[in-house]
Amino acid sequence: MFGAGGGTSSYREAEETDLVLLWGSNARETHPIFFHHLLRGVRNGARLVAVDPRRTTSAEWADLWLGIDVGSDIALANAMAREIIHAGLADREFIARATTGYDDYAKCVEPYTLERAEAETGVSAAAIREVALEYGRTDRAMICWTLGITEHHNAVDNVLALINLALLTGKVGRYGCGLNPLRGQNNVQGGGDMGAIPNRLPGFQDVEDPEKRAPFEKAWKAVVPPKRGYHLSQMFESMERGEMKAVYIVGENPARSEADQTRAVRLLSSLDHLVVQDIFLTQTAELAHVVLPAAAGWAESDGTVTSSERRVQRVRRALDPPAGARDDIEIISELARRLGCDWGQPTAEQVWDECRSLSPMHTGMAYARLDELGGIQWPCPDESHPGTQFLHARLWKDPVEGPRAPFSVVEHDPPVDKLTEEFPIRLTTGRRLDSFNTGVQTGAYSSPLRQREALLLSPADGARLGIADGERVRASSRRGSVEVPVRFDATLRPGLAFLTLHFPDQVATNVLTIDATDPKSGTAEFKASAIRVDKLSTSVS
Amino acid sequence: MDIRTTGGPPTAAEIAAVDAVLGPPESLWEGGTRVAADDHLARGGRAVRSKRDLLLPVLHGLQDEVGWISRGGLEYACRRLNVPPAEAYGVASFYDRFALDEQPGLSVAVCDDVACKCAGADDLCRELEARFGPAGSAREGAVWHRSPCLGLCDRAPAARVERTGPSGHHAEGRLAPASTDGVIALLGGGVWPVEGEAYSPPALRATSPRGGEEIKLLRRVGHVDPQSIDAYRAAGGFAALRRALELGPEAVIRELTDAKLLGRGGAAFLTGRKWDAVARAPVRPHHLVCNADESEPGTFKDRVLMEGDPFAIIEAMTIAAVATGCERGYLYVRTEYPLARHRIENAVRLAREHGYLGDDVAGSGLRFDIEVRRGAGAYICGEETALFNSIEGKRGEPRNKPPFPVQAGLFGKPTLVNNVETLVNVLDIVSEGGAAFAATGTPDSTGTRLFCLSGHVQRAGVYEVLMGTTLRALIDMAGGLREGRSLRAVLLGGAAGSFVTEAQLDVPLSFEGTRAIGATLGSGAVMVLDDSADLEGILLRIARFFRHESCGQCVPCRVGTKRQEEILNRLLVDRQTSNRDGDVALLADIAQAMRDASICGLGQTAASAIQSAVIQLKVLNV
Amino acid sequence: MSSPVFVGVPRRMLQVSIDGHDVQVMEGMTILDACGRLGIDTPTLCNLETLTPVNVCRVCVVEVEGSRVLVPACSRKVEPGMKIQTDSERVRHSRRLVLELLGSSVDMSLCAPEVHGWMSRYGAQPQRFGPGAATVAQPVKVDNDLYVRDYSRCILCYKCVEACGVDAQNTFAIGVAGRGFEAHISTEFTVGLPESACVYCGNCIGVCPTGALMFKSEHDMRQADTWDENKQHVTETVCPYCGVGCMLELHVQDNSIVKVTSPLDHSVTSGHLCVKGRFGFQFVQRRGSG
Repeated sequence: MFGAGGGTSSYREAEETDLVLLWGSNARETHPIFFHHLLRGVRNGARLVAVDPRRTTSAEWADLWLGIDVGSDIALANAMAREIIHAGLADREFIARATTGYDDYAKCVEPYTLERAEAETGVSAAAIREVALEYGRTDRAMICWTLGITEHHNAVDNVLALINLALLTGKVGRYGCGLNPLRGQNNVQGGGDMGAIPNRLPGFQDVEDPEKRAPFEKAWKAVVPPKRGYHLSQMFESMERGEMKAVYIVGENPARSEADQTRAVRLLSSLDHLVVQDIFLTQTAELAHVVLPAAAGWAESDGTVTSSERRVQRVRRALDPPAGARDDIEIISELARRLGCDWGQPTAEQVWDECRSLSPMHTGMAYARLDELGGIQWPCPDESHPGTQFLHARLWKDPVEGPRAPFSVVEHDPPVDKLTEEFPIRLTTGRRLDSFNTGVQTGAYSSPLRQREALLLSPADGARLGIADGERVRASSRRGSVEVPVRFDATLRPGLAFLTLHFPDQVATNVLTIDATDPKSGTAEFKASAIRVDKLSTSVS
Repeated sequence: MDIRTTGGPPTAAEIAAVDAVLGPPESLWEGGTRVAADDHLARGGRAVRSKRDLLLPVLHGLQDEVGWISRGGLEYACRRLNVPPAEAYGVASFYDRFALDEQPGLSVAVCDDVACKCAGADDLCRELEARFGPAGSAREGAVWHRSPCLGLCDRAPAARVERTGPSGHHAEGRLAPASTDGVIALLGGGVWPVEGEAYSPPALRATSPRGGEEIKLLRRVGHVDPQSIDAYRAAGGFAALRRALELGPEAVIRELTDAKLLGRGGAAFLTGRKWDAVARAPVRPHHLVCNADESEPGTFKDRVLMEGDPFAIIEAMTIAAVATGCERGYLYVRTEYPLARHRIENAVRLAREHGYLGDDVAGSGLRFDIEVRRGAGAYICGEETALFNSIEGKRGEPRNKPPFPVQAGLFGKPTLVNNVETLVNVLDIVSEGGAAFAATGTPDSTGTRLFCLSGHVQRAGVYEVLMGTTLRALIDMAGGLREGRSLRAVLLGGAAGSFVTEAQLDVPLSFEGTRAIGATLGSGAVMVLDDSADLEGILLRIARFFRHESCGQCVPCRVGTKRQEEILNRLLVDRQTSNRDGDVALLADIAQAMRDASICGLGQTAASAIQSAVIQLKVLNV
Repeated sequence: MSSPVFVGVPRRMLQVSIDGHDVQVMEGMTILDACGRLGIDTPTLCNLETLTPVNVCRVCVVEVEGSRVLVPACSRKVEPGMKIQTDSERVRHSRRLVLELLGSSVDMSLCAPEVHGWMSRYGAQPQRFGPGAATVAQPVKVDNDLYVRDYSRCILCYKCVEACGVDAQNTFAIGVAGRGFEAHISTEFTVGLPESACVYCGNCIGVCPTGALMFKSEHDMRQADTWDENKQHVTETVCPYCGVGCMLELHVQDNSIVKVTSPLDHSVTSGHLCVKGRFGFQFVQRRGSG
């Protein structure tokens, strides 16, 4: 948030806050242990509001569930802001001291009346008002989100809309308040920390800022390219234009995980040179010219990962990797050597110590301290620093330390894949408790919870279409179609369907999803496709 | 809460039974069918979870109207109340009343506890076995069971009959004294005992050698129509409440403190101190609980008060609420007392209609109301913290103390809990002053006390006498023993009490008097046993009682009561001669651990009667 | 605006006497904590620092001056001037009886070594209740591929119910059912786990002190007599799945993960995991062979 890409709060704060807005997150199933902290908060008296098109198992815990239509998050957030402003609940003092751009923001949200928000979201005006006022009045409140916010064509705007709410009411930078993206993978945060995003060096340092580049260039005795790189979607666009001809993929399975899978496979197959470094021979690896078998980062090698509360923690080697598989550091060092740079054979700790010397937010995190403290939350600028429980306390200093936090003007922009008579059902996607992503890892254990993948459909839709529970149907979007069994789910409202991405071999969900992509983050709109469902016997095509 | 139900849909009868308690569901999310508003909104969380305390009423509804609790029925209740099925099952399986498999619609519970045993209950059961079949086995839609004390010891042997389920309207009745022919006829579907409207309590034995001037608690019982609020008012009812409102909370508590009233439930705590502690507790709200779960074998005085003078209890609860700042009161009455429950419910309704309960108590501007809750067949729920858990819709497991109820009781809030008899004493204390009350009885045990005489006496019943009256005088009041019989022992204080011998009959019945001989007044049960008593059988019954009633929470009681019964059986039934001394020592070892290390009074007293029989009556020396 | 630094509630020090030694302890501590400070080993079975004390096993009881009955050290808070005896005749008697009563009814052979140490310290002889003493023996329940339930070993400490319920997982797949000696841990109507609300987080296994709840991998290896804790090493690492950062303890024997736990004192997990973290490790050792 505002320059540092991590959740602002600690899990512990969820136990002691007054209100949690769980927005586009089924944390009960996707972040079960964070949900333990959240439920401790609920037991301690916190109220829980869930914003989600589906009444998920998380939403079942909520005092109030707002079942918005898919992709109407900004309409809801802006209408809440308008209500908060009109009720006099905006924190004028905080806004004046610690933020910029309020007037434009207030002007922007003014047209978002409750009536308009009700029309866009489906949620009653009264309920929107209730949640707005509650968020405005509560002393401490947290907003937590996951892919329900970010897997949209306007992902960044969605996030900004939530940040706006926190700035409006002064609910960031204080204990028990905050803005928290719950990371979907064990080191998404750490990847960002380490600069594995197009525009950043380790420690979220701007690659386009010569002053930030200089220490790296000095340490590495090399020039760091001064321009930001491509994010994933831009890379595929570049491949499509025939510009990007060689790709080195480490630990990703885009042949299955990308939206509009047919296109992804086509582009990967057409590369001059594809190198895949992975612990499995994934579907992507099968397309590769060279496969580099790797050790499993969490159990076969040493290193660190960073969690959703910015906690850097040690991973350790517990097992010997299978014959031929090598540690990532070893593979990369070996590649470097063959490319003419002898880095020697650094240990994970040596690599980390170099990182600490260049990334101020990690400087105090020596391995010995990470071991002793059970991980440390960044920023941790020196070895006497305990780490940082929550970010942006600086905004409450008078005068504010560092830059002020900007409001952003964001407008509602419905999903790209429009619902029409031909494609009348909104398909959304998500995860289940016992499975993970494309199922490469979770497929290996025998989960008693696992059911065959099926298209979850409202019983009312089933009846309307003459489909029986369990019947195989054809589900089609503007991009393709799949055969899939139907499972009725009474918690889904008519017009809303659900699939996971866990079982691509059973149901190629990503044949249906749209690759409409957020221009700023590169994430695709997995959460909103328009589909139709046809009985197989009466299907024309 | 994300609960999962896989047991299939409930039947129409189950839905009706649950909805009769909770009202129809308003949404899909509450277990109903989808309505338009459900598409985009659900309310849940705390508002729904806060209905957890209706779990027992809902389970009673299912038991009454369906006759048992099926998976579908339980899960529908769970959906409605947002209670996980495994928890609800744990609760349902805790209480004797709830059947978790299909049961015959007609059941008769035959008491074979101590007092009924003295009146031939064993013969009755034997004859039933021979003529109908063994206890627990169904025949033609009917079944009979053996039961612990039903609180009808004045009319032993007693039986209780209940009709549930789709075969007909739910009904309860009792047969006391019960005969084999009577029970057989009931099981065959006929001769339903008529109670309720036409029923009047038994003649009271409230006489005393001194002309009855100490009859206070019982003075309206049998003389004033218990179903008429006008009759109660004509007999001076609600004067104490008016007086209490004039005095104000602090003065009422002062009178109570001056009266030195000790709690009549068994623990004998200073009532004034308890009220004061609740009144001063800073945490709000405060709750009031009237403990009417009278289940101690041999005890039936609270039943007589509830059946015969229900308005007095309502009035006393209202005074207690006014004095201690409670806005909500619960009266928890054991399920085996249907008439008492109906009389109390009627009294609450009438008191509410006449403005004694509700948002403006007797014109004072204060708010107070009473909810009647029904136990479900668990002796342990007479323990105050187990009772709280039961009201909260949980298993009746006692809590560790501290914290005490005055700090954290029902729903975790400061709670005043008093027994029925204790509360009824409050009326005269408020009307006549604490000093006048303190002048009666003994200096340390003020006032009168109700005793429940049963067993081998001529006239069993409830007797009100001044504290300090001797046990001998009390037994004489009840007409003494039958002709030609001599006294074997008196079981004082019920199953949790202890045996007193002939030589100890001159003990004054006061808290300090009984303490001096190592006995206890307990709940006021006085079970008189003559030389015809099957003392060994009684000990085995007591051991079985505690094994059956142990909640199972703590090890000393859960396993200790089991071992105690096993060893007694070994000694008295199997008559093993080897290692007799070892077994007697083992019993004493278990007794000490149960007394020292159990969580609650049940475990702490589960060996007391048996040990006193070993020591006082030398039962195992034969 | 107020300063946003959380410092916790201030506590004061109290003086209590334990076995004749005066000691200063922090207000809010339990007697068990205070005994720990003095290095007094107090037996406990149902106590765990991450769970709400249920004080049901009663093996930790101590004698407190002025109290009619013994009090559980695990839940009773210290009070100023409290005089505590941890090794009096009464205390030793009750501790012995608790261990004997449990030992006579439950298979405690897989309890931690310290439990057996307490048995001998207090001279517990469970067999003295005779061969006819009732037990909770019953067949092992194996109804899924992840973990087994052997209630012959269940001492009814309530820990699994707490971990499945309010203290961690809030799934409530199991509860205590029945009453008295028949009280037992159960799903609704004793349905198998696949039909229950169980989400296989295994947090019940993580807190079980007797081996009644066990990884199926451990159960199978014990059946095959290949389970060997001397050949196992435990390595701490971070779960490979979502971004919460749960710390795992991988128990490895012969280069295979045979069990996964989490440290009780880790601020993220408090020892609790989800199904993926607890059981989802197999993928790492199913490579290379195929």
